[in-house]
Amino acid sequence: MGKKVAKEVSIAIADAVAQCKVDVISAYPITPQTHIVEHLAELVNNGELDAEYMPVESEHAAMSACIGAAATGARTFTSTAAQGLLLMYENLFIASAFRLPIVMVIANRSISAPISIWNDHSDVMTMRDSGWIQTFAENGQEAVDLIYHAYKVAEKALLPVAVNIDGFTLSHVIEPIEFLDQKLVDKYVPPLRMKYKLDPKKPITMGAIGIPEIYTEAKKAQDEALKASYRIIVNAWKEFEKLTGRKYQPVETYKMEDAEIALIIMGSLAETAMNAVDLLRKKRKKVGLLRFRLWRPFPMKDFIRAIGKVKAIGVIDRAVSHGSTGGPVGIEVRSALYQSNKRPKIINFIAGLSGRDVTVEDFIEFFEKTYEAISKKPKFSYEIYGAKE
Amino acid sequence: MRAELKKFKGFNLKNLPEFEGFAPGHRACQGCGTVLPVKLALKALGPNTIAVSTTGCIEIISTPFPYTSWKIPWIHAAFENAASVASGIEAAIKVLKRKGKISKKQKINVVVFAGDGATFDIGLQFLSGALERGHDFIYICLDNEAYMNTGVQRSAATPYGAHTTTSPAGKVIKGQITWKKNLMGIVVAHNIPYAATASPAFPIDLMNKVKKASLVNGPGFIHVLSPCPTGWGCKSEDSILTAKLAVETRIFPLYEVIDGKYILNRKIDKPKPIEEYFKLQRRFRHLTPEQIEYIKKRVDEEYEKLVKLCECFGVES
Amino acid sequence: MPKDQGLVSWKELAPGMFILEPGNSVKFKTGDWRAYKPVLDKEKCIKCGICYTLCPDLCYKKDKDGYFIPDLYYCKGCGVCAKHCPKGAITMVLEEA
Repeated sequence: MGKKVAKEVSIAIADAVAQCKVDVISAYPITPQTHIVEHLAELVNNGELDAEYMPVESEHAAMSACIGAAATGARTFTSTAAQGLLLMYENLFIASAFRLPIVMVIANRSISAPISIWNDHSDVMTMRDSGWIQTFAENGQEAVDLIYHAYKVAEKALLPVAVNIDGFTLSHVIEPIEFLDQKLVDKYVPPLRMKYKLDPKKPITMGAIGIPEIYTEAKKAQDEALKASYRIIVNAWKEFEKLTGRKYQPVETYKMEDAEIALIIMGSLAETAMNAVDLLRKKRKKVGLLRFRLWRPFPMKDFIRAIGKVKAIGVIDRAVSHGSTGGPVGIEVRSALYQSNKRPKIINFIAGLSGRDVTVEDFIEFFEKTYEAISKKPKFSYEIYGAKE
Repeated sequence: MRAELKKFKGFNLKNLPEFEGFAPGHRACQGCGTVLPVKLALKALGPNTIAVSTTGCIEIISTPFPYTSWKIPWIHAAFENAASVASGIEAAIKVLKRKGKISKKQKINVVVFAGDGATFDIGLQFLSGALERGHDFIYICLDNEAYMNTGVQRSAATPYGAHTTTSPAGKVIKGQITWKKNLMGIVVAHNIPYAATASPAFPIDLMNKVKKASLVNGPGFIHVLSPCPTGWGCKSEDSILTAKLAVETRIFPLYEVIDGKYILNRKIDKPKPIEEYFKLQRRFRHLTPEQIEYIKKRVDEEYEKLVKLCECFGVES
Repeated sequence: MPKDQGLVSWKELAPGMFILEPGNSVKFKTGDWRAYKPVLDKEKCIKCGICYTLCPDLCYKKDKDGYFIPDLYYCKGCGVCAKHCPKGAITMVLEEA
């Protein structure tokens, strides 16, 4: 086992990608993702990583090149954020429909307008339905481990994986990171062998027209593949635990055993939320926290199990779904529970948009409002929290 | 001449490769002048070729599931991005060869078949990026001068005066009001090793050019004028004849640009009257004498400019 | 709807809806689009292969005697071959109903 080293999380992510012996990196600069691909370019140009670095002219081209490279049987990587993700949008659906094991890191950032470079989840939530496997890291170690995991899973499930890290608040901080030994990486992420690829020795046609008589079947097959990837994802984490002792599961819980109310969060804000839980627990409040590490495919069973016997849940969204009944996570959670025997009260906050601080005090307020929801019908379906009147 | 091209002797009708990369049973319209260059190009390139298509006629007519006309590996991702997809393929081949995962001896051609809309308009940036990065691939623009697949809407490749569904010959405005975008000029400005214009009416010339584009190290670009009987309103039997007339009237001169040096392949000293080209096509039938005069003048000017460029380098073939 | 028209179970699809059989459009008949068919006069034919080179539908195949013969299973009757035959050896003849 390697020892811990202090590294900027972006640099650590790039190092992990290099450890996975990526073949083709194709990327376009956008804040706050740039440090990742800069470091990869450096590794390639210093001869430390044998890969093709493609400095393409847009994010659309970045994902297009990944599609071409992955379709030829190469291990690929790209990284983006916000507008960049939106520019490559149509390709996201093509990549997953083609079952290409592309790995992408999104340094989550708010989308324009107004233009703003700071962190929230409004970029990635637009690709919610794109057919990608989507994971969220809370800290630097998890981000690095999710990279190894992403290649493992993508290539087994034949689906693209987006690893999400919070822009700046995670991408730009220095954290102690423990890398896997190269031997272990090689074992965990064996060389990519694709059965179907662009190979003149065995010609296939990729991207034919799906006439109405086949489109439905094509989408059903893709949907089943994404659902089936759940097993692969969980097993890959189990294998990872055996190798490293670090345990990951689709839904992370904190002090949920006897919790009466819980908050749901994704990404790095969970650390602040845990501080709030600790404070309230000292006051003997039965509060807990739940974090989705896996967002797609939605870990339904883990989620239902994780909520235990809570009476109310406060969902904290980091994106707005304009004109909807809640934030993206709020909508998902309500929908998941509708068919369940467990029917806790749900209250939905949209907070921390574009880098707005969400403090321990804010989390305490979320808990209080969630507690009130047990007995009082909430006045709102969702609240854009903290907007000055 | 570039070293890579020295050994290539050229095709002729007697030594055409038997290989076909494209199969019959495709759904192109009768007399399609866009599918013919695809057939010819693949014949020139041979089986060790990966093709990328943009969205458009060729993609539609060749792959209605469960059928494919492609006998070689083929991919279609989106409308605008074929050049980027191809550059990803080329990069993958390069690195996988280096790592011993693809045989180093195996020369694999990567060829793009793109329409004019996908090249002149929506995909221009992608093409520019791929040319600038210098990928070893071939980009063939099959220019039928409008968005035929969506129902004949104008593109930046539509010639002045032509009627399309979005540049209709109206009472006040009579067809396309802009001159065709100088795509070759844009491509050549990227300083790529090989660029050429070609026509299905000169099939051996077209095949030779495709082969040369594949032989040079780096990007090769071919602009093919591809008649569309459906969109141009010509008889299917006149499709290839129309392409021939475009060359013989100086509307679409055949030339190559090798390492920046212009070579005129077919000098047209006595051009055929431009009206001969127009009268075969319904899209031009509304042209006024003034419009025809304007086109004539401009076509001659553009041709003279090209001749001067070729004279600069003192090569002619 | 029969299988060859696309209706298959989602379980039978290759990943990505890829088509694994290269050039299988040969099974698809386009000959019934035709109104006129090309008829070759072997007396006039010089076996130059221009018809074969210019046919957009890849109909022409060389027979054992070196003549290029159109496969009417695919020929859409566009008439390009007849138009460009240097010896006028190909005539487009109206198909009988």
